[in-house]
Amino acid sequence: MKFGVLVFPGSNCDHDTQHVLAEIAQQPAVFLWHDSPDLQGCDAILVPGGFAYGDYLRTGAIARFSPVMQSVKKFAADGGLVLGICNGFQILCEAGLLPGALLRNAGLQYICKQVYLRAETTDSPFTHNLDRGQVLKMPIGHMEGNYFCDESTLAELKKADRVAFRYVSAEGEATREANPNGSLDNIAGILNESRNVLGMMPHPDRSSEALLGSSDGFKIFASLVEALAHRS
Amino acid sequence: MKAHVYVTPKKTVLDPQGQAICNALRKMRYAGVADVRQGKCFELTLDDNLPLADARTEVERIAREVLTNPVIEEFSFRLE
Repeated sequence: MKFGVLVFPGSNCDHDTQHVLAEIAQQPAVFLWHDSPDLQGCDAILVPGGFAYGDYLRTGAIARFSPVMQSVKKFAADGGLVLGICNGFQILCEAGLLPGALLRNAGLQYICKQVYLRAETTDSPFTHNLDRGQVLKMPIGHMEGNYFCDESTLAELKKADRVAFRYVSAEGEATREANPNGSLDNIAGILNESRNVLGMMPHPDRSSEALLGSSDGFKIFASLVEALAHRS
Repeated sequence: MKAHVYVTPKKTVLDPQGQAICNALRKMRYAGVADVRQGKCFELTLDDNLPLADARTEVERIAREVLTNPVIEEFSFRLE
């Protein structure tokens, strides 16, 4: 089992993500530079947070044209597991691997704080270790995290159980107050149709050790490791 | 020849930046502004020997494939 963490010019959570995989999950995890299409035989790809290509034009807009992303698209189409966190989620949306887009936060401010998420589905390689309705504490740190899609896409996401996480209160209620950025229907993370690609704005990579204030995020990495173990 | 490409958020997409500007204009007592939408403008300098029809096709393609995200934005352009 081998994990690949993409590195774009401007990625800044690549080392956090690789640290969790290598040191906490104790799995081989390599960095994959954006300029090469070679995924080095990795079994899962992580698209980390940051500001790929400076987020010029739009967040994730330039990154989607990089050589490595052409390989990731093919990898995902063949059923490979891909997890995009924060800027990684934005890149996956721009690349068309996930529907919708991430707009500027409704309050127009960069938000960096701990939030609560509710696991909305356990039917995915990333969430099968969670309980449905389980509340997780994780940090967010973004300017463009306001999830948007058209009405028919939202209906499809709901109908197919593809909303992975919603922003909720500490008690697990998806209220307006618990929505930090104006995301449609409090959506914090979604799955693709085949359920092998997950994008989420909150950072499981920054919440995988108690020392950081929460280790809830590690449950997602643990799910991923277990799912891959079952595949091989 | 130059191409000016204007990218704006779709009408169905909330534009918090435009709203903030609109609110600011009202607070500053500028009269008669009902709404503001904020977008982007790109100025492309094209090769002089590019035929007009080709320029139109290519700029349209650049605008559609790169400069806009069709989920949230729309565009218009003019050549001069």
